[in-house]
Amino acid sequence: MAIRERLSGNEAVAYAIKQINPDVMPAFPITPSTEIPQFVSTFISNGEIDTEFIPVESEHSAMSAAIGAEAAGCRTLTATSSCGMALMWEELYVAASNRLPLALALVNRALSGPININCDHSDSMGARDTGWIQIYAENNQEAYDNFIQAFRISEHKDVRLPIMICQDGFITSHAVENIELIEDDRVKAFVGSYEPEQYLLNPDMPMAVGPYATSPYYMETKMAQNTAMKNAKQVILDIAKEFEEISGRKYSFFEEYRLDDADYAIVIIGSAAGTTKEAIDELRAEGKKVGLLKIRVFRPFPGDEIAKALSHTKAVAILDRSEGFRAGGGPLSAEVKEHLYDIGASTKAVSYIYGLGGRDYRVDDAKKVFAELYDMIENGIEIPQYQYIGLRK
Amino acid sequence: MKTDVSKINEKSKWQDITPGNQIYGGGTSKEFNTGEWRTSTPVLDEDKCVHCLLCAPVCPDSCIPVADGKRLAFDLEHCKGCGICAYQCKFGAISMKEGK
Repeated sequence: MAIRERLSGNEAVAYAIKQINPDVMPAFPITPSTEIPQFVSTFISNGEIDTEFIPVESEHSAMSAAIGAEAAGCRTLTATSSCGMALMWEELYVAASNRLPLALALVNRALSGPININCDHSDSMGARDTGWIQIYAENNQEAYDNFIQAFRISEHKDVRLPIMICQDGFITSHAVENIELIEDDRVKAFVGSYEPEQYLLNPDMPMAVGPYATSPYYMETKMAQNTAMKNAKQVILDIAKEFEEISGRKYSFFEEYRLDDADYAIVIIGSAAGTTKEAIDELRAEGKKVGLLKIRVFRPFPGDEIAKALSHTKAVAILDRSEGFRAGGGPLSAEVKEHLYDIGASTKAVSYIYGLGGRDYRVDDAKKVFAELYDMIENGIEIPQYQYIGLRK
Repeated sequence: MKTDVSKINEKSKWQDITPGNQIYGGGTSKEFNTGEWRTSTPVLDEDKCVHCLLCAPVCPDSCIPVADGKRLAFDLEHCKGCGICAYQCKFGAISMKEGK
C-alpha cells in the first residue's frame, strides 16, 4: 500500500534520499534548496540513514567532493540552486566528461543579477550544455518520483552520466501538496545497490580518473560522451516503465495534455504546466481546441519526438522561464523550433518568456497566449515572434 | 579488465576510447614516453661520480635507477631534462647538454 502524505517538494526529495540511503552527500546551503541537506542531516543525526555528510565551504567544493566520492565508488549526491550551481560550473563539466553517475537535486532559482531568490530556470538552462541529464518536475509528486528514478538512469552502464533532478524554487520546493510515497522496501528494491565496475578504492584494479587528453583524443572522447547521452533516451523510457510497475504512475520524455486534436499548443517546463492545464480546461469548455506539451526530460533533448507530437497543430507557443540573451528567445524555443524545422512541420512557432525571477504566470496569461496564436492564424494578425508575458509596458 | 594503453593511441576510433578516458591498471605511465619532451639532456661523468646516490631520489620522474649501491645510466625514455639531478650533484658529475 502506497503511503499517503503531504509534503513540500524539498521534503519529498529529502524523503526519497532517505529511502535511497546514498553513501555520500557533500552540500552547501543556498535558498531555496537549503532544506534538502538540512533534512538529510537530521535523518543522519537521528540514525535513520548512514550517509556520510560532508559540510563543505562552497558549492565549488561540494561538487568537487561529490566527484571524488563518486570516483572512489560511492553513490553520491548533492543539492543546490542558482548561484550555487553557477559556482559548480567547472565541476559540472568534469563530472560529466569523467562519466561519473552522481545526482544533483536542483531547486530552480533565478541567477543574479539583480539578486533574486525566486523561481526561474536560468540556473539549469545555463548548465544545459554541461553534459548532465536534466529531468524537470511539475509538482512535488513528480520531484519525488524523478528522484527515485535518478540513480537507475545515471548509473546504467550504457549511460554513466550525472543527473540533475529539477523542481521549481518555492513554487514546488516550499508548497505542501498531497503526495503518494512508495514503501521503503519497494524503493530499495527498485533502486538497488551501487556496484560500479571500476572505482578508485578497488584494491584489485588501480585506475586513473580524468587523465589529460590532447587534441588527438578530445573529439573521440566527446563523441563517446554524446553517445552515452543518446543512450540515456532508451534507458529513461525503460526505467519509467519499471517505475510504473511499482507506483502506477506513468512517465515519458514529456506529457501531452489534451494535445491529440489541438490546433494550438503551449510548450512549457515545470510547475507552470499546472496553470496552463487549468487554462486549457476552461478554453476546452468553450469548445477551443487547445493543448499542452510539458517537457519532463530536457537533456537528452527528445527533439524529434516533441516535433512529431506538435506537427499536427496550427501554431505553438514555446514558453521559456529563462532569458537566453540571443535577443530572440530562450533556449527551449530555439531547440523546439530547430526540430520542427528538421521534420518540415508547417506548425508556426512563437517564442515567449515568462516567470523570470518568480513573476507570476496566471491562467489568464496562458489564455492570452492561446488567443494570440488564434489571432495570428485565423485572423492573419501579426504578433511579435518573441515577447515577455506580464511585462509592464 | 586492464586497459591496454598501447591500443589507445592517436589512431583509435571513438568507440575504442574508455569512458571518460579512464585508465584501468597501474604503472601505465611506463608506456608514456615523456623523454620526447626533453630539450636538454643530463650527461654523467663516471670519473667524478662517487655514487652518493643523492641524484636518484630527487629525480621527479624516477629516471635514475639504482642497483647494488650504484646508480645506473639515465632512463632517457622518460627523462624530461629538468636538470634537478645536475643542480644537486656536489661532485660536478652531471652536466646538461643542449638537445636530446
